[in-house]
Amino acid sequence: MHRTKVRVVEDALDANNTIAQANRADFDREHVVVVNLMSAPGAGKTTLLESGLQGLAEEGLRVGVLEGDVAGSFDADRLAVLNIPVVQLNTDNGFGGECHLDANMVRSALPGVPLPEMDVLIVENVGNLVCPAEFRIGEDARIMVCSVTEGEDKPLKYPLMFRACELVVINKVDLLQHLDFDVDRLEANIRQVNHAATVMRVSAKTGEGVEEFRDWMKALPARFFEDDEHDHEHSHDHGEPGHTHEHADHDHEHATA
Amino acid sequence: MHEFDLSSAIVATVRKHAGQRKVTHVTLRIGRLRQVVKDTLEFYVAIVGKDTVVEGATLEIIDVPAVLRCRTCKNEWEIEIPAFICGTCGPGAVEVATGEEFMVESIEVEDEESAACTAPR
Repeated sequence: MHRTKVRVVEDALDANNTIAQANRADFDREHVVVVNLMSAPGAGKTTLLESGLQGLAEEGLRVGVLEGDVAGSFDADRLAVLNIPVVQLNTDNGFGGECHLDANMVRSALPGVPLPEMDVLIVENVGNLVCPAEFRIGEDARIMVCSVTEGEDKPLKYPLMFRACELVVINKVDLLQHLDFDVDRLEANIRQVNHAATVMRVSAKTGEGVEEFRDWMKALPARFFEDDEHDHEHSHDHGEPGHTHEHADHDHEHATA
Repeated sequence: MHEFDLSSAIVATVRKHAGQRKVTHVTLRIGRLRQVVKDTLEFYVAIVGKDTVVEGATLEIIDVPAVLRCRTCKNEWEIEIPAFICGTCGPGAVEVATGEEFMVESIEVEDEESAACTAPR
């Protein structure tokens, strides 16, 4: 038996990135801005959507949600009162499933997502600070929620996640008065790994700071689409290796560059 | 914990390039910023690769250091902790030079004598 060395030199995540590009092409065709929403379990992603998306349609922004969960439809049920399109995507096999969404899972759910009815699609990823940061799903922007009950050092322990996101929402600030938590130190640690990130301090429960999140949401279509013929923000962000990411010098999806 | 999914991606890439040929060795190039635990990755590649052409292949990981570059002062330096800041110019113009790689660099495969090589396509 003869042995041959075969040169490969291929990013092992290329297969996922290729499907992510196909997703992105579908989103672009329908003029939908897609946001990948990530956090540790229990940081308040769904609560942020409950308070942050309330009444946005009346203000001219049509938002839909793709709910990624290991099991059940608890989150989708909570969002039902918002009267917006909510599609459940379970990664489950009966006893809990994948710890993140990848491009193919999102692709398989797309036929059920009424893209023409929305300006922005929020994909609520599975609660996890590690794996979701590795897998692009075809999104335009990544945001993460971290809560003040999690510890100030999290950005230093999970730099992959914190560096992947352009917006970091610090949630549960209403609890600060009860906690021995230095929110300034958390923000400094976020800055240390991701200088360019937008950081917001929010209580999804009391509504404090939520307006700022709503404004960020409302600005999305203009950022990504309205200036279409010119250089809108994601013109170079289609996940191809070797391309640079215009609004995030902290991205890591172009490892082959 | 992400090593399982990364292992699946590695095995899929290797299988794509190996076709029907048995794989004896896999060389990976992985940047430090990927936060990959080598032993865990090796463990999972063995599990995911079981009953495929990848089963039994040895794994070699080329460790790529995390090197940052400052676009302002052109300085390059290696980091051991996640601090993406230039000591001279601050954080504004810092970019990653190396350390984000997640590549299958090469594989070693067994050829069926010379038959496979000369067979017309």
